[in-house]
Formats: sequence, C-alpha cells, structure tokens
Amino acid sequence: MLKKFSNFTIKSLLIFSGAFAGITILFISIFLFKEGLGFFKKPAVEEGYSLFVNSKNKVEDFDSKKIKEIFDHEITNWSELGGEDVEILLFRMDNIFDYYSDEELGEEYEFLAEKLAEVIKAEEGIIAFVPHQYSPAEYSGVKELSVPNITPSDFFTGKDWLPTATPSPLFGTLPMLLGTLLVSLVAILFALPLGLGVAIYLSELAPEGIRKFLKPIIELLAGIPSVVYGFFGLVVLAPLVQKTFNLPVGETALTGSLILAIMALPTIISIAEDAMRNTPRAMKEASLALGATHWQTIYRVIIPYSKSGISAAVVLGIGRAIGETMAVLMVTGNAALMPTSLFDPVRTIPATIAAELGEAPSGGAHYQALFLLGAILFIITLFISIAAEMISKKKNYKDM
Amino acid sequence: MRRLILLALAVVFGMSQLSAQKIKGSETVLPITQKAAELYLKVNPKAQVSVTGGGSGVGIAALIDGTTDLAQASRKIKFDERQKIQQSGNTVKEVAIAYDALAIIINPGNKVTNLTREQVEGMFTGKIKNWKEVGGEDMKVVPYSRETSSGTYEFFKESVLKNKNHMSGIMSMPANGAIIQSVKQTKGAIAYVGLAYVNKDVKAVHISYDKGKTYVEPSVKNAVNKTYPIVRPLYFYYLRKNESKVKAFVDYILSPAGQEIVKEVGYVNVK
Repeated sequence: MLKKFSNFTIKSLLIFSGAFAGITILFISIFLFKEGLGFFKKPAVEEGYSLFVNSKNKVEDFDSKKIKEIFDHEITNWSELGGEDVEILLFRMDNIFDYYSDEELGEEYEFLAEKLAEVIKAEEGIIAFVPHQYSPAEYSGVKELSVPNITPSDFFTGKDWLPTATPSPLFGTLPMLLGTLLVSLVAILFALPLGLGVAIYLSELAPEGIRKFLKPIIELLAGIPSVVYGFFGLVVLAPLVQKTFNLPVGETALTGSLILAIMALPTIISIAEDAMRNTPRAMKEASLALGATHWQTIYRVIIPYSKSGISAAVVLGIGRAIGETMAVLMVTGNAALMPTSLFDPVRTIPATIAAELGEAPSGGAHYQALFLLGAILFIITLFISIAAEMISKKKNYKDM
Repeated sequence: MRRLILLALAVVFGMSQLSAQKIKGSETVLPITQKAAELYLKVNPKAQVSVTGGGSGVGIAALIDGTTDLAQASRKIKFDERQKIQQSGNTVKEVAIAYDALAIIINPGNKVTNLTREQVEGMFTGKIKNWKEVGGEDMKVVPYSRETSSGTYEFFKESVLKNKNHMSGIMSMPANGAIIQSVKQTKGAIAYVGLAYVNKDVKAVHISYDKGKTYVEPSVKNAVNKTYPIVRPLYFYYLRKNESKVKAFVDYILSPAGQEIVKEVGYVNVK
C-alpha cells in the first residue's frame, strides 16, 4: 500500500516537473513573439509625437530615412524632396523658448499649442517635432504629416540601425542578421577541423593517461564564463589581429570568429569524441583483422560510423556560436554595418539585445524591436536544434 | 499561534518599511551613491539603503513602476517618461547632485591636442575620415561611441553633435572600461568618456566651443569654473509623495560630506 502510494507520488511529481518545464518554455516563446510582433503597429515617428509643417508645404512623401536625413542636416532644402525651393527649418520642442517667453505660454503651457501654430504658420520651411499633447493641428496654416507604421520590409531589409534617433528611429536588422551568421559560420570553419583533430587524437591515438588528463580540462574550458573569454579577446586577440593584418582597428568579425571558435571547441571535441568512442570494438577489430592500417580504420570505419555524432557536434557548436553574447559584444566592435569583409567590425543580434535592452523604455518601439530580434534568434536556434535532432537520430550504415 | 503570525507579519512589514530606501539607475552615478550609501549607513546605522545600477532608463522605468524610491540618472528625464508619471497621478522631483565633465579621448600616440566642436562632430558623423584633415598624421579616424541607450551617448549627441545622429555603423562599446581599452590599442581612435575614467592610457584633447579661439583642457578645475564646455548634471529623481522617505539621503549627498564624496569619486560638486 505504502509502496503504491510513494510510486504514485513520484510519478506525479515527475509529470508535474515535466509539465512545468514544458509550459514555462511555451510561455517564454509566446511572450517573446507577443512582445515582438507589437512592433509593426508602431508609428515610424517616436511614439507620442507628431511632425507638423506649414500648410503651404506640398511635400507628401515621407519615410523614416528621409526624416532622419532632414534632422541630421543632410537634406537642407525642400526642393530636394520635390517641394518648393525653401530652406528647411528644424523645430524641436525646446525651440519654442526662442520665440516666446515662459509667461506667454501660460502656467501649465495652456497656450503652447496656439503659439506653436503661430510659429508654424509664419515659417514656410518649418518642420516641427512636437508631442501629441500640444498638437497644433486644429489651427489654420498647420499640416500634420501622416507617417506610416513601421513595415516588416523596413525591419528585415533596412540597412541602418539607429534605434534612439529622434524623431524617427531606424530599425534595419539586415546588417545584424548577416553579421551574426558571418561570425558564427567563420567560427565553425575554424573550430571544426581543429575540434575533429583533437577528438580523433583523444579517442584513438592518445594514451589512456593523457586522455584522462586532457578530457576533463577541455570540458572545463566550456565552464569558463563568456565575459572572461570576451576580455581575453579584447586585450589579447584584438591587438594581435590588428598587428598581424595591419588594420586600423582590432575589433573585427575575424576576432569575434576566433573567440567563438575557441568557445565552441569544447562542445565539438566532447561530443565528437564520445561518438567516436562509441564505435563498437568488434567493428574496429574486424577492420584491423582485414589488414587495414590504424589510419585506414579511423577514416574508413570510425568516422563514417560516428558521422551522426560528429554532425550533432557541429550543429551544437554553431548553436553555441550564434547565441553567444558577452564575448562577441566585447570583441566585434558592434558597428551595425553591412559586413563586406572579415576585417570589418560587425554587430551581432545577441550583443545588440544585451547592450540595449537595459535602457530601452519598456513597451516602446525600441524595446519591441529587441524582442523581435530575440524571436529571430529563437527561430534560428530552433532550426539548428531540429537539424541536430534529425542528424543524431539518423544511423547510416550504408555508406560504410 | 495567531499572535505569532501577526508578530511575523509585523516584523516582515517593519523590515520592508526599513528597507524602503531603494536606489536604482545610471552606471555613471553609481560610484557616488555607493560610496555615499556606505558612509550614510555609518552615520545612520538603523537606515537601510540598497543601491543598484542598470542604466538611467532602467532607473526611471523602475520609478514609474514604483519598484524604486530614488532613480539616479545621467540624463534629464525624457518628456514621455515624465508624462507616464503624471498620468499615474504623481509628480516627479529632480535634484542635481553632481556634474560630470565628458572628455574626448584619443590614442596617446596621436599628435593632435586641440579640436573644435565642429571637428569632433565631423568625426562622429562621418564627414571627417582622416586625421590629416584636422592637422594630424595620415591615418583613418576610428570613432568609438557608447551604446545608443546609455545616458552618456544621449548627452554627447545633444551637446557635441547638436542632436545629429552618430554616423550609421559606428563602433559601439558596452562600457567605459572597454572604450579606454580600445582607444589605447587603436592608433586612429577617438571616443568620449566621463572625466573620472580618463587615465594615462589615453589622451584627453582640449576642446573649443568657439570655433577655435580658446581650447580648454578637460579637468575638474575647468569644469568647476565653467570654462570647459562639455559638462552635464547628474540627477536624482523621486516622486513627490515619497519625499519624506528619501529626503534624508538626498540631503546627505547635498551636504558638505556628501559633496566631498562626489569630488573624491572624480566628479564635480554642485555646491
């Protein structure tokens, strides 16, 4: 009776913990997507603000990029946007005090909207960036610009990431997506041959004593906090890369790849070595008995047999590299540029989230954009995990 | 039994009353508040103060959510943040507790010592690409900025770049320490950090805000006598309804002893 009861308790505890873990993961992914997808409902201009121009202004066609260029003084005349030949006059909220004194605006700024309208009416070339609350739209001579919402194509194909630019932030994620993929793939190109070499050495060639000594040390490498790797990268690797290739800066995609390769090595070595050691003794001995040399046995029997394990090691190594945050944050220079070579600084998705989420106003467009980046990362790693799962299930003896 | 529960509740409640002094926000202000909290606790052993960083934005967000009593910020509260507080029926109070001078730093191997504001703006917006153009050697200008969300970034953009954006694809570093390290290693580097962070690994340039008539060295002395132009106030923000709770600590920082801490940590005193 008692035994039955305790069995039942343990069983329900296990079910409960399984269910709990499952629901938590589900909840996190739902939360991620829910926060992220709200992004596309945000206006392209900072929330709570609007842009106003003089009603004589004929320019209709605005997007985030043009607004940014206007406020950066790169476009200085309305004729460049197809309007009249009038200088653009930038107007931010604080500029009102150049026109009126505090008293004229009223104690609680109750006359502010009216005075704003007067200014906008008087200046033909004006573009004013004003909070909704003091919107002068109802007065004559003022035209509110209708700014479209942020579109998915702005987000996925935009090339500029300026999330805190006012009045119109730019959320182009393409450079970061490419940066992440570039850094991770190059890292795997470095780590794979090296990792496989060490795995073969450890499983087949190393004497038992050395193996027993090396394996725990390599696994220990996986336990070093990534910020330590990052600091090592910044202080040692970055100057090394800079001097070797004679570059203006040492914080490049290559530096990031090298650090990630070092970090992915323990995963690759450990899993690949386990897979190789799982080759049945009978198979190895059969090969040797047929007169094959040790080397022939390794590459004709052991590697094909452990192919699925090796692939899993590679995929998990890529997964580790793509998701790594702190180390790349410190060594890649974090410039949101389209990567054109390995010697340019790049910015990765995890580094962006880590660096910016802390200070992004919660619920704002920037905050949601970061969640959406998280969702993209989630999808990438999901695919990688599915791939790893499929590969490690497949036991393929046919090629042997 | 019931009495015991009541007692326990009273203790828990009392503790939460005592530990009410929560301070959160800017990493730049953090050294001051940490030091001040330590000394404040020595003077008032019964008080409880907990200080955490996270960034100016985090601090003010926590103030809006009511999870902190005092927000420390290295930038002025934004219009929409102030509005959020007003919508919840509160008013926010602002106290400047110190000034921080921002130094423009370059690699010690770089021969340039003077720059005008316009030249610095040109370098950070990508208009000036070579040190040759400002009288230096023939090498590429490599500007490093702070992360877009840091208070230092906002202040630099407002004061030096006159609200223009940094060029797109600028290198950005997560912390002041990493900026110093990168500038030390990179010959063509230019970056900005709080005066307190400047050390012998980097060179602080003299800055002119009057188109090259006078160049001023960044130093505490020049920040106090107001000749150095790139100076920002550091703030405490709290809700007016919490005033009684936080007043003692705010007053302590503004007292001579508190202002001494400000100077010791490398910032400029307000009083």
